[in-house]
Amino acid sequence: MTKEVSIHCENLTKSYGSATALAGLSFKVSKGEIFGFIGPDGAGKTSLFRILATLLLPDNGTASVEGLDVVKNYKKLRQILGYMPGRFSLYQDLTVAENLQFFAGIFRADIKENYYLIRDIYEQIAPFASRRAGKLSGGMKQKLALCCALIHKPVVLILDEPTTGVDAVSRQEFWEMLIRLKQEHITILVATPYMDEAVLCDRVALIQHGEIMAIDTPDNITRAYPDQLFKIKSSNTLTAIRLMNEFEGILSAEMFGDTVHVSAEKGRINANAIKEYLSEKGMMASAVSEADPGIEDCFIHLMKRSGIVRKEKVNP
Amino acid sequence: MRTIFYIMQKEFIQVFRNRMMLPIIFLMPVIQLLILSFAVTYEIKQIRLYITDIDNSVASRSLLQHFRSSPFYQIEGESKNAAEGMENIRKGTVHQMICILPGFEKNLAKGVPAKVQIINDAINGSAAALMNAYTVSIIGNYNQGIIAEAVPEAQPVVKINWLYWFNPELDYKTYMIPGILVLLVTIIGMFLAGMNVVREKEIGTIEQINVTPIKKYQFIAGKLIPFWIIALFDLAAGLLMARFFFSIPILGNIFLIFLVASVYLIVVMGIGLFISTVTNTQQQSMFLAWFFLVVFILMSGLFTPVESMPQWARNINVINPIAYFIRMIRMIMLKGSGFQDIVKHLIYLALYGITILSLAVWRYRKTT
Repeated sequence: MTKEVSIHCENLTKSYGSATALAGLSFKVSKGEIFGFIGPDGAGKTSLFRILATLLLPDNGTASVEGLDVVKNYKKLRQILGYMPGRFSLYQDLTVAENLQFFAGIFRADIKENYYLIRDIYEQIAPFASRRAGKLSGGMKQKLALCCALIHKPVVLILDEPTTGVDAVSRQEFWEMLIRLKQEHITILVATPYMDEAVLCDRVALIQHGEIMAIDTPDNITRAYPDQLFKIKSSNTLTAIRLMNEFEGILSAEMFGDTVHVSAEKGRINANAIKEYLSEKGMMASAVSEADPGIEDCFIHLMKRSGIVRKEKVNP
Repeated sequence: MRTIFYIMQKEFIQVFRNRMMLPIIFLMPVIQLLILSFAVTYEIKQIRLYITDIDNSVASRSLLQHFRSSPFYQIEGESKNAAEGMENIRKGTVHQMICILPGFEKNLAKGVPAKVQIINDAINGSAAALMNAYTVSIIGNYNQGIIAEAVPEAQPVVKINWLYWFNPELDYKTYMIPGILVLLVTIIGMFLAGMNVVREKEIGTIEQINVTPIKKYQFIAGKLIPFWIIALFDLAAGLLMARFFFSIPILGNIFLIFLVASVYLIVVMGIGLFISTVTNTQQQSMFLAWFFLVVFILMSGLFTPVESMPQWARNINVINPIAYFIRMIRMIMLKGSGFQDIVKHLIYLALYGITILSLAVWRYRKTT
C-alpha cells in the first residue's frame, strides 16, 4: 500500500446550535485504504461524511480529499467522489437500469467503459434491471446505490452506513465487493455502527460524541486493550451482570448478545474465581473462559475511560 | 447540454410513470373547462320573490304583473303583511321582497311620488346587486310607461343605444374560458414544477444529485423545461376545446397566445422554484403556492373586474402575473389584438420573469 495521503482533515468542527457534532477531528487516510468510522448513532459520522462529500460546510478546520479542499475546490472534487448517503437516495420510481443510466449520464461516464468496476455487483441485480428501485429489497437497494456511486469511476468512495438495515448475507456480500474494489486503488471511507465490520477495514477510527477515541488497524486496537477479558455464558445474562457488578476486582460487566463480557485488571482474578463466585450465588452451569477482546470491548473501554458513558447500546 | 437532456429525460419518465400525475395533467384541463364554463355564470335566473302588496290596487297589480310574467322571477309567496315577507327573507326561503306601500295608486293619480320598497337578501353581495338591478330596471320601465301615458308628448330627452363590443351577447363563456386557460397553465407551472423540486428534497434524492458535478442552471433547466412543455401542451389542448367545443372565437394570432404563455410560464415557474427553495416539504410548498395563487386569482380580474378595485389593489396587481396574462389572452382571443398592442405588457412580464427566476436560482443552494 502506498503511503500517499488521500483524505486529510485537520481540526474539523461542526455544531448545530448548541449541539456539537464534530469536536475537532484530525486524521489522514492513505490512498487505496479501506478506512472505517465506527461509532454509534449520533457520533458525528454523517456530519463528517457530508462535509467530505462537499454537502456541508464545516465551522472550523480544513478538510481535503485528493488534495482538493472540500470548501474551495468542491466543484472539482465532485467529479472524483462517489458518495452513498445513509438514506437511500436513488429514484424509487425509476428502474434499476434507468437509475444507473441517469447517474452515468450526468457524470458523463460511459457505462460500458466502467462496467468492469461494477460487474460483480451489478450482475446480482441485473435480473431486476426493469424493476423500480423502490421495489427492491434493502440489500439490493444498497447494491444499486453502490453501482450508481461507482459508475463514474471515482477516486474516493464515501459510504455512509451502507449496511445499516441490510440482512446478514447481503452485508457480507457487500463487504466482499468493497474488498475487491480495493484492487482498483479506490480509497474507501465507510461508516458503520457494526463492530464486526470493523475488522474488515484496513484502519478504523472509533468515534464518539464527535471525537476520535482511537485510530489504528483493527489488530492494533484490540492489542492495546489493557485489561483481562472473561466471557460468561449464562442462561440468565441479566442476573449474571448484576452479580458480577458486585464482585470485587472487576472493572466492567457488559452484555454481548447471550454472553456477558467481564473485564478486570490483568492477573487480578481468573476464570475459576468467577465461576466459584457465581455458583456460590446460585448460578450453576455457567461457562466462564478467558477471551480475546473485540473492537466492541475496546470501544466500551475507551468510552468509559473518557468518561462519556451513556446508556446507549453500542451493538445494535 | 447533454446533462440537461438527461435530467429532462428522467423527469419525463417520472411524470409519465406517476399514476396521479397523468390525470392531473391531462384530465384537469377538460374537467375545469367543462365545469367552470357550464356551471359558473353571472346570470341570475329564478329569483325567488315575495310580494307584499299592501295597496292592492289596479296600479299595484299592473306593476306586479311585470314580475309575474318575467322568466327571471319565481313568486314564492304573497300577503298583505310586510312582516311575513321579512320573516321569509330571514329564513332564507326568498331572495327578494317587493313591498308596495298603501296609497300607491292614489299618489300616482295625484302626481306625488308613489313608493315601492325592495328588500334584498345580501348574504351574497354580488347576487343581491344583480337582483336589485333587474328589479329596478323593471320598475323603471313601468315608470316610463306611466309617464308616456300621462303626458304623451313627453319624449325621453336622452335616448340611449348601446352595444357590447368584442362580446356582443355578453356571453359568459367567451369571457371566462380564456381566464380558465390561464389558471390551468398557472397550476402546472407554479405547482407541479415547484413541487417537483421540493420532492427531491423531501425524499432525499437531492443528496445524491448534489454530489454530482451537475451545475445549478443545468438542474433547474432540466427540471423546469419538461413542465414548460407540458403546460404549453395543455394550453394547446384547452384552446382546441375552446375553439371547437365551446365555439369561442379566437380572433388574434394563436402563435401570439403561445408566445405570451411561454413568457408567462417563466414567471410562474420562477415563483414556484423560489417557493421550493424556501420550503423543505411538498406540503409546505403547496400551502405557500396556494396562498399566492388564491391572492393572484382573486385580484387578477378573472371573476371581478380589475377596474372596480381600489387604487392600492391595482398597484399590487403590478406583481400579479395572472392579471397580465388574463388581460393579454382576452385581448388576443376576443379583440384580435396584435403584437403591437400587447408588446408593452409582454415586456413587463418578461422583465418580471427574468427577475424572479434569477432570484430563485440565486436562492437555490446545493450545499447547506
